[in-house]
Amino acid sequence: MTSQPVRFYQVGSFAVGNRLLDDDARTVQSDSNRTNSIDSGHRACQGCGEALGARYALDAAMRASQGQLVAVNATGCLEVFSTPYPETSWRIPWLHSLFGNAPAVATGVAAAMRVKGRTDVRVVAQAGDGGTVDIGFGCLSGMFERNDDVLFICYDNEGYMNTGVQRSAATPPAARTATTDVVGPEPGNVFGQGKNLPRIAMAHDIPYVATATVADLHDLEQKVERAMEIRGARYLHVLVPCPLGWGSASNDTIHVARLAKETGLFPVFEAENGVVTAVSKIRHLAPVEDYLSIQRRYAHLFGKHPRTDIVARIQAIADQNIARYGLLGDESEDETKWVEA
Amino acid sequence: METPFAITLDVGSSRANHTGSWRVERPVYVDRLPPCNNACPAGENIQGWLYEAETGDYESAWRNLVEDNPFPAVMGRICFHPCETACNRGQLDEAVGINAVERFMGDLAIERGWSLPAAGPDTGKRILVVGAGPAGLSATYHLRRLGHQVRLVDSAKRLGGMMRYGIPAYRLPRDVLDAEIARIVDMGVEVELDHNVQDIELERREGGFDAVFLAVGAQLGRRVNIPAGDSSRVIDAVSFLNRVASDDPPMLGRRVVVYGGGDTALDAARTARRLGATDAVIVYRRNREHMPAHGEELEQALGEGVTMRWLSTVDRLDGDKLVLETMRLNESGFPEPTGEFEELGADSLVLALGQDTDLSLLSQASGVVVDDGVVEVLPTMMTGESGVFAGGDAVPADRTATVAIGHGKRAARGINAYVLGGASADGERNELATFDRLNTWYYSDAPRTRRPELERARRISTFDEVVGGLNEENALFEARRCLSCGNCFECDNCFGVCPDNAVIKLGPSMRYEFDYDFCKGCGICVKECPCGAIEMVPEII
Repeated sequence: MTSQPVRFYQVGSFAVGNRLLDDDARTVQSDSNRTNSIDSGHRACQGCGEALGARYALDAAMRASQGQLVAVNATGCLEVFSTPYPETSWRIPWLHSLFGNAPAVATGVAAAMRVKGRTDVRVVAQAGDGGTVDIGFGCLSGMFERNDDVLFICYDNEGYMNTGVQRSAATPPAARTATTDVVGPEPGNVFGQGKNLPRIAMAHDIPYVATATVADLHDLEQKVERAMEIRGARYLHVLVPCPLGWGSASNDTIHVARLAKETGLFPVFEAENGVVTAVSKIRHLAPVEDYLSIQRRYAHLFGKHPRTDIVARIQAIADQNIARYGLLGDESEDETKWVEA
Repeated sequence: METPFAITLDVGSSRANHTGSWRVERPVYVDRLPPCNNACPAGENIQGWLYEAETGDYESAWRNLVEDNPFPAVMGRICFHPCETACNRGQLDEAVGINAVERFMGDLAIERGWSLPAAGPDTGKRILVVGAGPAGLSATYHLRRLGHQVRLVDSAKRLGGMMRYGIPAYRLPRDVLDAEIARIVDMGVEVELDHNVQDIELERREGGFDAVFLAVGAQLGRRVNIPAGDSSRVIDAVSFLNRVASDDPPMLGRRVVVYGGGDTALDAARTARRLGATDAVIVYRRNREHMPAHGEELEQALGEGVTMRWLSTVDRLDGDKLVLETMRLNESGFPEPTGEFEELGADSLVLALGQDTDLSLLSQASGVVVDDGVVEVLPTMMTGESGVFAGGDAVPADRTATVAIGHGKRAARGINAYVLGGASADGERNELATFDRLNTWYYSDAPRTRRPELERARRISTFDEVVGGLNEENALFEARRCLSCGNCFECDNCFGVCPDNAVIKLGPSMRYEFDYDFCKGCGICVKECPCGAIEMVPEII
């Protein structure tokens, strides 16, 4: 996709499809024969970012593996809304065991396939942030450490959403959840705690770690494709806004994810063998207020008694990310691939 | 049914669960009116033909364009492109160079010899078109397409009206004009030139015409009474430009003063420069802000060494001196005399103070109503006299070629309805596609392509065309800058961003449809549609 030089195509590489491009240069999602790994009729909320992110990632993995894919799922929203007995939304081989053991189950599937000589079958494990950073963390770290041939995808909606929006170790500071109420001098979730799993994964020196959001489909698909080219333990962390838990409008799901990236709060990057190899630059830098003020979980920072001090601390986090990953600057190098003949 | 231990039901698909029942609002696809189309006086579907040009299929794009306007190469040069002023991309970076793409396609059509659509099947109706300028030619074209016979008469020796006798060749080369007129005549038109219509009623009766279209233009240069010792030094701009176009340029001398502030004044001054005037000065009673001429042409004139005398009126011509009175603008922007005078050396004075219509061909008894020197018309372009239609500069409107072309089309429709019986229906206009309905994130940043301009030395010594054209590559780039406001351009965003797979992609050029069995009504597709072609409407229970 990126290797093909093309002229300026009206919507460049931002929209899902482009009638002016050759079929093989288009996204998986623009293909009317895409897998639709997760089918219609699932019971995710209106505007669910996770349902969208799962389809984006798995359809891309299906294309990359020529349809030879097994998905292992941890407990969580994705599992609950897709498989209320006896219905299933999965159109791919799919396996669910427990909340905490998805990485270990995936390791087992990969081992079984190896024993059967089916090296063409690839294994993806997926979980929400709870199943990844909290409950499944031990199994996941082991999977990384053993370098098992699994792509683990975390759909991060920053909390335990289907059980009623409780805090996880991925819930950001100041966010209100059912267990981090907006009381006291520092309302909402605390500052300075939580786990940054992409960085923890990098610390395992596994072959591939990347972050992505549902707002940039091209980037997400490209990362899945790259991950599928590699054998061994790989980790993809996808930010998936949750209209229910974040208190954002259902039609804002992609908009919110885009702002998470454009403010610098969610750095989008790629790392190989523990070293950052590429970052997605910020295209239109936005202040964190733009991101926070459209989510009711941050409503206590605005309104009659605005907490500009807390907003400033969140801005400092964004600024630190921008500095750490070098998120500002010209992406013209990438841009020219799309603009010039 | 054999099921494993503790299992009582077979696995079923979630498609049994029609989540569409959750919905309180539903998305629907809409087509909105792009601001360019809304602004085009000739009624072109600009967004539509740009959409076709984006694929490089210029012939389809050109065919779409000539549905409304048979003069793309002419318009691509002389139109003042209100479409670009209205273009939503202007609020993003710069307006799409619609005019430049139009010209590119117009020139390509001439080069490749594409012909206009054939005349329609003969209706047996005969129409008399008086005046072969943009309005008359446009009406002729559309009437022929509708199958009516047309007799086109003009008092001049050649077709084209003001496009030939008013607009200088450096803006509109004559071979381009000739080529586009010839295509219309080739549709089978009875042409009579050098023919002055004396009495329109008589001519209609004798020729047995079912209807008449009056497109006589405004050929009479307005004169004001300026005391001048030697009146041979004063000429009106219309006559001046006409004589230059007829290869009979008057001798104006080295110092030429043009009085007026419209486009004709600029044309006269720039033409005078090319005829050898060392000083071409435009005297205008107000300032630049209030000048009716288009900014683009003013810039070109200044670039050619034309100078401006703002806030001045001509008091009298005294030998080879022109006496000017300085003006000042009052609060409402109206010029007031100051009583201060100054002199300006001038060998001749060109008056560009507006034009009047010669309506002597209307008989006294006719029902045509003339008010303030122009003919009153209904929306169908019919005058007070049954079967007599009028358009172009002869009716109240902006006096531009593009407006006249639009009048020609509208009059042809009106005439068609009149001679065949029935109503002339204007198509329903969609709601305007405003900038705030767009999601501009998805469009690549791309400033516009500039057309090359002829170097100054050649501009002031020759009548070579000043503004160059685009080539195929940058025309394609420019077309692709179009945002496709309010009209689906099949970017697949709705198809891609739906968390419920409730958008069905129907295939190339067939767009999409919603699967309301599963659409939960989240509205992401509406929000992420780049061009604003989806809207949410309340679900009716």
